[in-house]
Amino acid sequence: MKLLTHNMLTSHVKGVTKGYPLLIKATEVKVNEVEFNPEFVSRMIPKLEWSALVQAAEGLGHLQDLPGDLVPDYDKNEDFLKKVHRVLLEVEVIEGCLQCPESGREFPISRGVPNMLLNEDEV
Amino acid sequence: MAAPTGRTCLQYLLHLAQDNLDFRLPEIRALLSLRGKPFQPGQNFKEKSPFWCLDGLSEEDVHNIMARSVCAKSAFELWGHGRTHSELRTSLLKYPSENMSPFMQQDSTYRINVYTFNKTLEFADRIKRIDAMEYLPFEGTVSLKSPQHIFCLLEDYGSDPNNIPEDPLYIYFGRWVADGQRELIRSHSVKNRHFIGNTSMDAGLSFIMANHAKVKENDFVFDPFVGTGSLLIACSHFGAYVCGTDIDYNTIHGKGRSSRKNQKWRGPDENIRANLRQYGTEKSYLDVMVCDASKPVWRDAALFDAIITDPPYGIRESTRRTGSHKDVTKPPDDFCGESHVPVSMAYHLSDIFSDLLNFSAHHLLLGGRLVYWLPVHRPEYCEEMVPLHPCLRLISNCEQTLSSHTSRRLITMEKIKEPEESDALAHLADPRFSPYQGHNAFREKYFSGLNKRGGKEDNAFTINGESLDE
Repeated sequence: MKLLTHNMLTSHVKGVTKGYPLLIKATEVKVNEVEFNPEFVSRMIPKLEWSALVQAAEGLGHLQDLPGDLVPDYDKNEDFLKKVHRVLLEVEVIEGCLQCPESGREFPISRGVPNMLLNEDEV
Repeated sequence: MAAPTGRTCLQYLLHLAQDNLDFRLPEIRALLSLRGKPFQPGQNFKEKSPFWCLDGLSEEDVHNIMARSVCAKSAFELWGHGRTHSELRTSLLKYPSENMSPFMQQDSTYRINVYTFNKTLEFADRIKRIDAMEYLPFEGTVSLKSPQHIFCLLEDYGSDPNNIPEDPLYIYFGRWVADGQRELIRSHSVKNRHFIGNTSMDAGLSFIMANHAKVKENDFVFDPFVGTGSLLIACSHFGAYVCGTDIDYNTIHGKGRSSRKNQKWRGPDENIRANLRQYGTEKSYLDVMVCDASKPVWRDAALFDAIITDPPYGIRESTRRTGSHKDVTKPPDDFCGESHVPVSMAYHLSDIFSDLLNFSAHHLLLGGRLVYWLPVHRPEYCEEMVPLHPCLRLISNCEQTLSSHTSRRLITMEKIKEPEESDALAHLADPRFSPYQGHNAFREKYFSGLNKRGGKEDNAFTINGESLDE
C-alpha cells in the first residue's frame, strides 16, 4: 500500500465519525524506485491532507526531509516534488495493518494489499 | 474552400473499422473533446458508414485523435471526392495546388494505395485506377517500400455484401496522415496476458472505454470492480495512474483457480501489478485493495479524474456484498481474521448502479467521467431505465448485444455539479433516479431466456407476421 492511497482512506466502521486518518502499523516496508513524474505529483498535492501524509511517513520512519507544511509554488519546485514523490509513490507497506483511530478495528495488509472488508456483525 | 491563411479549413477523412458501430461516435467525440474541438461532420454524414469527413480540425488534432482511437483505422487529408471518378477528378482539380505542392516535390518519394470497401479488386484493376490518377501533378518518384508520402484512393461499394454494385457509390482521394491504434487489440489481447479471469474485458473494448472516459496522462483513475485489471491496463497505456478494488480476495491477490484451459491454479506472477509490468506501465500502478464497493473506504472528497468499471451482472461472477440476511452473530472463536471472506448477500443490481452513481457524484472531480456497463434484458429495455443522478450528465449509451434477449450498454456520464444534501434524497422524489428496479434478478432473466427456447419471447402468436390472436 502506498502512502498516496493511505492518505485518501478512511475508516467505515459503523458508527465511527472520526475515522481519518487510519493509523499504520507496519511490520514490513519496502522502498521501490518509481519513475519521477513532476506533473503527476503536482496534480495530486491538492488532493492530499498534508499533515496526515507527514504523520504517516514519520510513523514508518521515512519522513526524511519532507517539510511539515506545503511549500508555496510547489509545482515549480522540483526538489520538493521529488521528496513528495518518494513518500507518496516509492514507500510501500507490504505487511501490517491499518487501524481505525476511533474504534481500534484493524484492517490487515498482506503482500502490499489492504483488506478493508468488515464482518457481517460490523455492517 | 482554401483559406488565405493556408491549411486551417481542410477536411479530414476518417476510415473507421466496421465493428462496435455504436461506440465509434462517442469515442471520436470524446477524443475531439480532449482537444477542445467539437465534432463537425461534413455534408451527407452517415454514422454507420466507414467513411467520415470532419471539418474544423488541424493536422495536429488528427494526429492526436489517431494516437488514441481504436475505432478509426486511418485518417487522410481529403483532397477530393465524388460519386464517380469524373466527379472526383473535378473535385481534385479544384483543390488548391499550393496545398498539394509540398507533397509533390520532385525530390520526394510517394506511393498511391487503392482501398475498396465491400469489394475485392483484381490487381490489374488496382493498377488501372492508380494510373488514372496521373492528371494530378505528381513530380516525385514512386517508392513502394518506404515512401515519404502516401496517397489513397478509397472506393465505397455500400454496405450490402450480397449486393455489390459494379461501380462505387462514392470515392475519396487524400493524403495519408496517420493510422489508429487497432494494433492494441492484438498487442494487448487477453489471450497473451499473464493474469486473466472469467470476465476479463476484451482489449478493444477496454481501450474504447478509456477513450469514452477521456482518460489522459497523469489522471488518477479508479475501478471499484477491478477483477483482473483489464480496464486499468488500458488507462495506464494512456498515461493515467490507476487504482482498483474488488470484493474477491483471491482475484485481488492473484490466487485460486486459473481461467485458462490447460492450467489448474494461478502462478506466482499472476496479479494486476504483473499485468501492468507485462505492458511496461508498472509505474502507473498505485494500489489494489480488497473492498466492498457498497461500503466505500474513501474520504469524502473529489479524488478521481475518472471511474471506469464493469460491475458484476450476476451471471459468470456473482454479485455480492458484505452483510447477512440472517440475524447478526459474532464470528466463531477460532476465526483468524484475514483470509476470512465475510458472508455475502445478494447485491441487487439496481443498488449496484445507484451506489455507483452516488459514489461517482461524490468522488469524481468536476468534469470527470464515469464509464460503466449496464446489463439489459432487451425485451423490457427502455431508455428511461438508464439510471440518472442530479450531479451527472448522461453523455452516451452504446449497446453491445450479448444474445437475442440480453445485451449490455456502455454508459458514459460526466460530473456537472457537486452533490448537495438534497441530492441524496433525489431518488426518493423522482422515480427516474432509480429506474433500474425492473432489472433485479437479471440473472434469472438471462437464464430463463436460454432455457425456454421458442418460449414467450419468440413470439409464438404470429405466423408470417399476421397475428393469430384477434
